[in-house]
Amino acid sequence: MGKNTALRVDNIGVKFRMANERVDNVKDYAIKLLKHELRYHEFWALKDISFRVAKGERLGVLGLNGAGKSTLLKVIAGVLKPTEGTLQRNGRIVPLLELGAGFENQYTGKENVFLYGAMLGYRREFLKEKYDEIVAFSELGDFINVPLKNYSSGMKARLGFSIATIVEPEILILDEVLSVGDAKFRKKSEKKIKDMFDRGITVLFVSHSIGQVRSLCDRAIILEKGHLIAQGDVETVSVLYEEAIK
Amino acid sequence: MSMLGIMARADRIFGEKHFQILYETGIRMKTFYENFKKYQFLLTELVKKDIKLKYRNSVLGFLWTLLEPLLTMIVLTIVFGTILQKKTPHFSVYILTGRLLYSYFSTGTKQALKSIRRNGGMIRKVYVPKYMYPLAASLSSYVTFLLSLIVLVIVAAVQGIRPTWYLVGAVVPLATVFLMVTALGFLLATLDVFFRDLEYIWNVTTMLIMYMSAIFYEADSLLDSKYGFLIKYNPLYSVITNFRNTVVYGKPLESFYVWYPLVVSLVVLVVGLAFFYKKQDSFVLYL
Repeated sequence: MGKNTALRVDNIGVKFRMANERVDNVKDYAIKLLKHELRYHEFWALKDISFRVAKGERLGVLGLNGAGKSTLLKVIAGVLKPTEGTLQRNGRIVPLLELGAGFENQYTGKENVFLYGAMLGYRREFLKEKYDEIVAFSELGDFINVPLKNYSSGMKARLGFSIATIVEPEILILDEVLSVGDAKFRKKSEKKIKDMFDRGITVLFVSHSIGQVRSLCDRAIILEKGHLIAQGDVETVSVLYEEAIK
Repeated sequence: MSMLGIMARADRIFGEKHFQILYETGIRMKTFYENFKKYQFLLTELVKKDIKLKYRNSVLGFLWTLLEPLLTMIVLTIVFGTILQKKTPHFSVYILTGRLLYSYFSTGTKQALKSIRRNGGMIRKVYVPKYMYPLAASLSSYVTFLLSLIVLVIVAAVQGIRPTWYLVGAVVPLATVFLMVTALGFLLATLDVFFRDLEYIWNVTTMLIMYMSAIFYEADSLLDSKYGFLIKYNPLYSVITNFRNTVVYGKPLESFYVWYPLVVSLVVLVVGLAFFYKKQDSFVLYL
């Protein structure tokens, strides 16, 4: 992989095997096995996906619901292993998708900083060093010592955002529905992301809205039923997308 | 001989292909170790979380870990000691040692069994080495278990049991039982992802294992009977016996009870890990 490539996706395919009826216990499994009724049907959620993202490039991923956008993101984030194909990443990826998905409700905000930070792969010393900064950005104040079960969903999202963005990632994965907290905090978080943009980090932006993709990205790809049907600069692709969804 | 010479020779002995495999295994172990180093802090955090949350919302907190086995011991001693007229020396300590080891076995495996599914939300969203979850479950139960040994020290002292040099040997059953629980944990956690009723099946199985472990009765007279093999070849009974030998009776370790549970645990560990690694990429599809 060249030095200027941030992400390289080669012929990626993801195959799901779905049982016609859900078999999730030993009893059903044994019965179906004996009656030879264990049938599956397979389908490809993604097939033959190849593209590259250069460093500093902002790529929009367009597609309707069920086109395979989330599956692609899961593959890129390393959560889902592709059935075929290869993926090469250059640098640290931070997915700002579901903030605070790993929070423990009985833990206080402070304890969650360390737990969630550990899940993102940060070390204890590093988190200790950055702790004050995280709390300050989240604006939680004294609430940081209160168990998370007493937080509002906005407060949780604020804490999640503050921990996830404490290190500037090389590659940022963004979902269009990133609305963190109240209007004031949203402005602040949008500014933080914009600042990262200005410093030239690589961005993957998932959306089904052309407007947002046009304003944020310089290149785009379109997914349809698991296939990559177009890629190119954002203007050309969004014209194609407009035609496709008509 | 120069390094190059050694490598050339190794090449001739193993053949190029074997050498390649050796080299790749080396690389893989190195990446595994580096990855483990990176997430080592997560392992401590997960273990800490289990232990902290266990005691957070109870008034007696840590005291429960000591009180619970103590109270069970008293009940069992009264029931089996008085009513059945048991004359085993130090019967209460005999019960307590068995109970403590069994309850680690049972809670440790049950926690590990649930670990992948309980953390499903996390696994679906952030990449974390998945073996961390069953390992942390087994480790946190082990820490609680080691702490609960305080009650054994107290009861043994009250009963007038004096430690002998053989006490050092207790390290062997203590280490073996951890290996056993961790090994089973990987196997059970993997199966639990695909079969939701495994939890109930395992609950019944652990109960069966309890009755096969000679916790509140003496096994000596039963070992030669028709079904004695059920106890003798229960690895948990081996561990309990050697623990009692060293701690309660001031006797040396019995060699069969040393190597037998160790071999069984190692086999289960290899099978469990292989199964876990084979299936871990598809966990996310079933959670």
